[in-house]
Amino acid sequence: MSNFVENAKQAVQGAAQAAMQKAVELAPDSWIPGGRPDPLIDRKHGLIGAQTSRVDGSLKVRGAAPFAAEFPLEGLLYAAVTFSTIAKGRITTLDTAEAEAAPGVVLVMTHRNAPRMRPMPLFLTSQKAAGGDDLPVMQDDRIHWNGQPVALVLAETQEQADHAASLVRVAYEVEPALLSFAEAKAKGTEPGIFMGPMKLEIGDPEAALAAAPHKVDTVYRTPRHSHNAIELHAATVAWQGDTLRVHDASQAVAHTAWSLAEIFGIDESNVHVTSPFVGGGFGGKSLWHHQVLAAAASKLTGRPVRIVLSREGVYRLVGGRTLTEQRLALGARDDGTLDAIIHTGTVAMTPHNAMPEPFILPTQSAYAARSIKLDVEVVKLDMLANTFMRAPGESVGTFALESAMDELAVELGMDPVELRIRNEPEKDPTSGLPFSSRHIVDAYRMGAERFGWSARSATPGMRREGEWLIGMGVATATYPYHRMPGGAARLTLTRDGRVTVEAAAHEMGMGTATAQSQITAERLGLSLDQVTVHYGDSAMPGMILAGGSQQTASIGAAVIAAQRELVAELLKLAGNDSPLAGLKPDEVGGMNGGLAKLDEPDRFESYVSILTRANSDEVSVVGNAPMPLETQHWSMHSYGAMFCEVRVNAITGEPRVSRFLGSFDCGRIINAKTAASQFRGGIIMGLGLALMEETVFDERSGRIMNPSMAEYHVPVHMDVPEIDVIWTDIADPHTPMGAHGVGEIGITGVGAAVANAVYNATGKRVRDLPITLDKLM
Amino acid sequence: MAITINGSDVEAPGDARVSLLDLVRDRLNLPGTKKGCNQGACGACTVLVDGERVLSCMTLAVQCEGRSVTTIEGLAAGGALHSLQQAFIDHDGFQCGYCTPGQICSAVGMIAEIERGVPSVITADLGGEGLSLSREEIQERMSGNLCRCGAHNGIIDAISEILVREAAE
Amino acid sequence: MNPFSYSRAAGAADAIRLGAVAGTKYLGGGTNLVDLMREGAEHPEALVDVTALSREIEEREDGGLMIGAAVRNTALAEHRAVRQRYPMLSRAILAGASAQIRNMATIGGNLLQRTRCTYFYDGEGSRCNKREPGQGCDAIDGFNRNHAILGASPACVATHPSDMCVALAALDASVHIEGRSGKRSVPLVELHRLPDGRPDLDTVLEPGELITAIELPALPLASRSTYRKVRDRASYAFALVSVAAALEVESGTVKDVRLALGGVAHKPWRAWRAEEALRGQPASEDAFRAAAEAELADASPLKDNAFKVELARRTIVAVLGDLAGAGR
Repeated sequence: MSNFVENAKQAVQGAAQAAMQKAVELAPDSWIPGGRPDPLIDRKHGLIGAQTSRVDGSLKVRGAAPFAAEFPLEGLLYAAVTFSTIAKGRITTLDTAEAEAAPGVVLVMTHRNAPRMRPMPLFLTSQKAAGGDDLPVMQDDRIHWNGQPVALVLAETQEQADHAASLVRVAYEVEPALLSFAEAKAKGTEPGIFMGPMKLEIGDPEAALAAAPHKVDTVYRTPRHSHNAIELHAATVAWQGDTLRVHDASQAVAHTAWSLAEIFGIDESNVHVTSPFVGGGFGGKSLWHHQVLAAAASKLTGRPVRIVLSREGVYRLVGGRTLTEQRLALGARDDGTLDAIIHTGTVAMTPHNAMPEPFILPTQSAYAARSIKLDVEVVKLDMLANTFMRAPGESVGTFALESAMDELAVELGMDPVELRIRNEPEKDPTSGLPFSSRHIVDAYRMGAERFGWSARSATPGMRREGEWLIGMGVATATYPYHRMPGGAARLTLTRDGRVTVEAAAHEMGMGTATAQSQITAERLGLSLDQVTVHYGDSAMPGMILAGGSQQTASIGAAVIAAQRELVAELLKLAGNDSPLAGLKPDEVGGMNGGLAKLDEPDRFESYVSILTRANSDEVSVVGNAPMPLETQHWSMHSYGAMFCEVRVNAITGEPRVSRFLGSFDCGRIINAKTAASQFRGGIIMGLGLALMEETVFDERSGRIMNPSMAEYHVPVHMDVPEIDVIWTDIADPHTPMGAHGVGEIGITGVGAAVANAVYNATGKRVRDLPITLDKLM
Repeated sequence: MAITINGSDVEAPGDARVSLLDLVRDRLNLPGTKKGCNQGACGACTVLVDGERVLSCMTLAVQCEGRSVTTIEGLAAGGALHSLQQAFIDHDGFQCGYCTPGQICSAVGMIAEIERGVPSVITADLGGEGLSLSREEIQERMSGNLCRCGAHNGIIDAISEILVREAAE
Repeated sequence: MNPFSYSRAAGAADAIRLGAVAGTKYLGGGTNLVDLMREGAEHPEALVDVTALSREIEEREDGGLMIGAAVRNTALAEHRAVRQRYPMLSRAILAGASAQIRNMATIGGNLLQRTRCTYFYDGEGSRCNKREPGQGCDAIDGFNRNHAILGASPACVATHPSDMCVALAALDASVHIEGRSGKRSVPLVELHRLPDGRPDLDTVLEPGELITAIELPALPLASRSTYRKVRDRASYAFALVSVAAALEVESGTVKDVRLALGGVAHKPWRAWRAEEALRGQPASEDAFRAAAEAELADASPLKDNAFKVELARRTIVAVLGDLAGAGR
């Protein structure tokens, strides 16, 4: 009896909620001053922000999600690569006879028989350029780095190909190579260019520093890093007539298709790149020579080719993050306010790439200093081209900036949280733009409270349990909001009331399909299972790089544009017999599986009804996202406050992170479950950066000496404590969904938070990463 | 002698170089087992051989003649999910999904080891009976499975849930 | 990997017969050999699978153990008698590699694990006397943070990577070997070589010789023993320094001690000098430190690994201190 009453009560409440529910009006088509926020921001109890499990979870846990090397093709050949063992020079002897004679070998491709190709279009040199370098690999006898491919073997099995690749005999004429960072610096640096110059001076910071009563002026160093996505770089390629078909592991399908077309001198429409699942990217899965060489070899043999780089091959062929040497000087008054910030230094890159690690980026918008100087200088070494890796610039730049802030707090005798709050800027200190949404102080206060920051002793070395010295540290995390031009999406509504979203975007673990399903369902008034998201296909609309933490905003803006098109089409189809007759797109919104008049929700017709009455099977539209003008009007960033507790063994120096909290301010969170995973994932990669990661580069040979998952350490389960993440969830009124990126912010600030905690535990200040035990003994 | 893979008998490859990993991925079209390093250093290729978790990249397929191999595809019958697979979904114990089959197979093997009383390096009392199922114990025992997306917390949460549930049963 | 033939030996005699052919290697769990073959550091023409050798762990009446060469690492580590009588061995095995690898690896194979020197691994791009005698060594002036501080030679500064062997070295283990010319037994501490001029030779095994068993003598003091491994990450990493130790203290005086070091030399390093310095001394931190210093007096660190000397000293003192403390 009581159950019946309870159920009836719930039913009535449910009905009342439905009656109060409002249609979601169409979102604005741009975000400029005076505009209105995305109406999804006001939807508090729907799908936005929910703990929705991944829509592709079942595929992944069953091992049924197909990755690039897992497409079986008839007549497939397997590829293996022979790498150069010198850094610079010419090939003088190239003996492929033994390899060619080995069992199962179909082709040994070298610079002698490779088809003529144009260089890879270098990243950032054109809108769709995706290449890591623009070197003519296997086009001549020149060697540009130690590890450059000199031969590619195709054979009937992987075992045969691998063996034959080891039989290729190469001799070289060695030329002097510039490999030493110190030697290169001594020869002189040049200004770094990254989407413009990276030199800026406001006021007279050197004089302000000299005059400041409190100062820190030190050098911080960070080593080379490798992405080490667990999935090896791989591609399955085939020429189908004139069309190059590529199953890739890519975070840039549209870019890769265009770039391959340029390389092979064919029309962009004749390259079809798909990448439904990517086993981790972190900036490393763009276009490198392996896809190009596999396509070239496939062309020569007329057979499909699968290339799976060995782990060593990934290290030889795919660049990582370069090393940095950063001077960070802070001058402050007694009250802690900054008179000067100087953040300058040098990074290594190559003559053939476009990535001077922009470590000054976090400093541009961080603190209200009265004078600021920023400068990234570069030296060019004869090494593998370095590239983007998770939060390029910020990940290592925050190590210097936020370590120095901690050093200044010590010098001032001030709490490091308080020091940061005292220097909180009212507007962007270098661009002068207002902040679109910055609540970092809230994040600090929430985080300090939850972490128990007040229990920290300001004096180092005060807490010890057995052999373990315990300390706490804090640092700011920051990463810009990006929305790159070129976002587009197709919405297809079918007569069964279901919607498909298609966009040339990517899933490498961020939960792309899940988040976009939630957003689209909420916007269109559908349930989650009525929306399907397709992506990872260069034939789909858009040019949506999985980089810059911008996919969610970029696809989201494109869906907004497409929805406007869709609603206009539907109102036309609905005609005069519909309750919606005569309404304009801006007067209606999505609700309960159809459209309703915003201020008169009874004027409603379901999508099924509209299409059925119109006898239409589907309506399909493409929407193009507007240009990202919002970034020209506001200074836009994700923020975080990172709190860390470390234990350092007093005997052995072993550092272990025992607690970590990330308190984030990243706009509206779309999916509480996958966003938390993104935050944690970034933090864990940050723990690696802080404590163990280094790509070892032998300056004598230019050779990477730890091309192995055993010798390049990434954190294992035992290194990773339970990581707490919280967020403000304050929507940015100037972005789609009110969201900011969450993919990269997590790695920023972690290096400094750990280093600062190590200082608090031991009194030792480590300024060169990683913080290994030998630096703490 | 055949190799039994997920209940089906398979002939060993003629080329002794073929690893168990390449046998299942390239020749048997069972790509759920992943290649992450081929160096015995990441755990993505973990499968169960006669119920024990091993690295299929360092196992020559011919060594498995007369033995029984279970890959991620053979963990649950039909379209159903193994309880660990569901727990991984519930706890978001993965992001890209590439190390996931190895993590799950490893966890299955680990649970059997715990039931058998195998200690770990952090087990305080090696001579004692019974093991504590602390979070650290699970972390240590799962440390052979790398995850670069950083789903470690979710993975350990998922395994803990299953261990607690099994202990209660 | 070059092509090779594969056969399974039914037992030791069969294996030795098959192993008599030049270019043949014995295959245990394959966790190291398969990797080295893939890296081009080993290129056998034939593999003889010896996992059908004894998997018995025989408990002797006197308390010692006879361990078949095909016993898997996990099986040895979890064995009740090992956990109770030789806890340092159990812990050393469990500190090594990952659970998956321990499930595969045989104890016979583990003895023959080769160095992790990255220049040794990089056969195509680096010079290495261990791979190619007389070629030169790129590690001596290269990255040598993980390399030897004791017993190295101008030809080679590599370290032995096994954890298990460090415990076996401390426990007076002996290795049973069979070959065409018969059977012999070698103390574990004499199985592995120092590099001298021939770093390509890791052990004293003759071609075709097969490890059939490891014998652990009864050693009551080993019931109070431990293994401490210091490494760059919390698990699944090779040792920078490790210490295996057993200590017997009577009325505050060290009655007997066993001590061995890992990660410091081309072989598992039995700390004879330290042991000698300790016997009869008070079980005090000063004595432990003096013993450690005696052992490390000849240490000759390289460019990047001077920290290992201090790390070894501190770890020895801490481990002995723990054992002494636990015994009080």
